[in-house]
Amino acid sequence: MKIYADNAATTKMSRSAIDAMIPYMENVFGNPSSLYTIGQEAKEALEDARERAAKCLGCEAREITFTSGGSEADNQAIISAARIGEKKGKKHIISTKFEHHAVLHTLKKLEMEGFEVTLLDVHENGVVTAEDVANAIRPDTCLVTIMFANNEIGTVMPIKKIGAVCREKGVFFHTDAVQAVGHMHINVQEMNIDMLSLSAHKFHGPKGSGILYAKKGIRLTNIIEGGAQEKGKRAGTENIPGIMGMVKALEDACASIDTYTQHLLPLRDKLIAGLSEIPHSILNGDRQQRVPGTVNFCFEGIEGESLLLLLDDKGISASSGSACTSGSLDPSHVLLAIGRPHEVAHGSLRLSLADDITEEEIDYLIKSTKEVVEYLRSMSPLWKDLDSGKRPHVI
Amino acid sequence: MALYSSKVMDHFRNPRNVGSLENPSGVGEVGNPVCGDIMKIYFQIENDVIVDVKFETFGCGSAIASSSMATELIKGKPLSEALELTNKAVAEALDGLPAHKMHCSVLAEEAIRAAIKDYYDKNNIPYDPADFPEPHDEEEGAEEEEESTCSGCGSKAK
Repeated sequence: MKIYADNAATTKMSRSAIDAMIPYMENVFGNPSSLYTIGQEAKEALEDARERAAKCLGCEAREITFTSGGSEADNQAIISAARIGEKKGKKHIISTKFEHHAVLHTLKKLEMEGFEVTLLDVHENGVVTAEDVANAIRPDTCLVTIMFANNEIGTVMPIKKIGAVCREKGVFFHTDAVQAVGHMHINVQEMNIDMLSLSAHKFHGPKGSGILYAKKGIRLTNIIEGGAQEKGKRAGTENIPGIMGMVKALEDACASIDTYTQHLLPLRDKLIAGLSEIPHSILNGDRQQRVPGTVNFCFEGIEGESLLLLLDDKGISASSGSACTSGSLDPSHVLLAIGRPHEVAHGSLRLSLADDITEEEIDYLIKSTKEVVEYLRSMSPLWKDLDSGKRPHVI
Repeated sequence: MALYSSKVMDHFRNPRNVGSLENPSGVGEVGNPVCGDIMKIYFQIENDVIVDVKFETFGCGSAIASSSMATELIKGKPLSEALELTNKAVAEALDGLPAHKMHCSVLAEEAIRAAIKDYYDKNNIPYDPADFPEPHDEEEGAEEEEESTCSGCGSKAK
């Protein structure tokens, strides 16, 4: 059996998104900045796509900027708010300890420029509250940037409430919604969101396409300088095929959220229940307050990379927050932020499901994970010590 | 998987000499759970020859493969030869390891040394302490200097 269970990393493109791109590579390949027909056809398609994307997010077309993806959108949102803030002498930014690195590294850069950054602690259930945000806002705060849903553990933040707090205090609110768009109902106006980043390849669209929504009146700072594309705020010839594929995927995803959720929730919960049967395992993040497809567990006494390699041998593609898979010596900053000790965080597994997953596949995921965890524990001196009581269990 | 050589994957998938020994002549354990890898090596020694060797490892694919290969390389060998086994020899026997995984081969070398030292200590056999540096201080295997430091145990990346 082959199961791709790493949809939080990227998704398979949908047929309809691929089909939406092809005409813009084969036929309408013109540059939207050109004045002849084939260029203007591309321009029309671009502006039509902008309208349709805006409809999906509940905003106006002029509030949509097409980017190369979520990271660029995050960078631009944060830098723009910082530039607006510093003109008014406001150089304090609030975020959380478990943001994506596209946010954390941009904030690091601003810190080196003299900005002050408050990274909120994350509660053990993988959520920050509106109260946490309210308590951290200061007169010199220019931006609150908090992810909609966490990429590793899938927990969902109370975005509408956080947005309301920011509105009340007159602080810009940006959300990295890369893991949420297409998976949950989002309306930027109703949710008090000033800026939002999204990435097409997380909802069956193409890689290399994203959107920055910025409420009208927010003056964007260029990350890429050059021509006057995107109202002069994002230079470079527009990635028309990517945009067409993205917007088609976005429309499809937004239209099917209810059926998607209805199908996925019971299967996700079955997966959680099944993996919970493994002794000394723990679900990371709140059981309910999470995106429909993402499940993240820690298993004591084993290491995540060997778990992934053996699951791969069984046809399962998954990911882990262990140090060996993160490319550094530390395990995932997300798992550390929710209070998992290093030795437990090394044994993490993220399974992120697509909506075509079947019950039979869920059973196979559970069975395979149980087998691999048991096997790795059988050769683990750490597990032996835990099992014999020589070392106390942490979970 | 292109991350590892097929030899690494073979030793990871079918590790040789997994397990423990009932009354070992020597045991060596290195690494710690905070860093994400522990290797434990058991020896049976007769007439200064390693007649049997077993290992248990908590760690990534290359840690398991390095343990497996290291035990293969010293099984049936005199202690003097086992003492000369370097992490580089383990890595080479595996057709190489990615630079950031070289520390796994260092752990294997350290675990073997620790087991030999344990055997010497148990049997009051004199040895040169210089042959047994403190584990984790090894500089061998460092292909590239990395900036990261393990926040768990404070050891430098290798």
